[in-house]
Amino acid sequence: MNDDDRVVQRTRRRFLVETAALASAAGMGLALDAIPAPATPASMRAAIRKVVGEAPLNKGKIKIDVPALIENGNAVPLTVSCESPMTESDHVKAIHVFTEKNPQPNVIGVQLGPRAGRASVSTRIRLADTQKIIALAQMSDGSFWSDEVEVVVTLAACLEGT
Amino acid sequence: MARALINAPAKAKRGDVIEIKTLISHVMETGFRPDNTGKPIPRDIITDFICKYNGEEIFRAELFPAIAANPFLTFFTVATESGTLNFEWTGDNGFSATESVNIAVE
Repeated sequence: MNDDDRVVQRTRRRFLVETAALASAAGMGLALDAIPAPATPASMRAAIRKVVGEAPLNKGKIKIDVPALIENGNAVPLTVSCESPMTESDHVKAIHVFTEKNPQPNVIGVQLGPRAGRASVSTRIRLADTQKIIALAQMSDGSFWSDEVEVVVTLAACLEGT
Repeated sequence: MARALINAPAKAKRGDVIEIKTLISHVMETGFRPDNTGKPIPRDIITDFICKYNGEEIFRAELFPAIAANPFLTFFTVATESGTLNFEWTGDNGFSATESVNIAVE
């Protein structure tokens, strides 16, 4: 093998490496194009902003109670409760629940008052995918508190005609 | 008329926090599902629920398609006086249902 051959070989190797890198990059680009970007986390943020406005969103006080592993997304028991003395001067005004990957981010919006006695609401919801659930509470002083949980859904709520 | 079930205590002590459970039969069609021909089935859901205690609103919920069929809601209230709890559901296509239960407060 003379020097010329070595040069040729090196460039050939480099060529192969470079084309492989390019191809994988292109492939990734293609894959990203084929799957529509999950716009729902963004629409969830938009839905939350619509409720919260410019107010800061604090973590805590409110708690989501939902099974971590869900076999059937068509009816998932969900309880949202919030620590509050529920007095005239300090109570929970509203509780909202949002999901990240359902077709629509809103799940439920509840309005309460001091007469509720306890800031807790339970219902059954649909979940279209393994995703994040966010609940937020609006206090009588105007502050917002939130909690989020990740849930795994094995059978999604049917979006197909079955 | 849709069938509704209410579970609330018939008797309570004044000042007690009581739990109220409501269930109503409704398909809660999301509007996101296609039918056999591929056309989306139009949305048909209950959108609002209101509970009144002797005429005064104590609980209100806005429902979305993510609520499972036959909406079930549990919430709390303070037993203040004897009287009636009125429940009202309204929704798409003019859906409306009401139910009421009496409560005796000692």
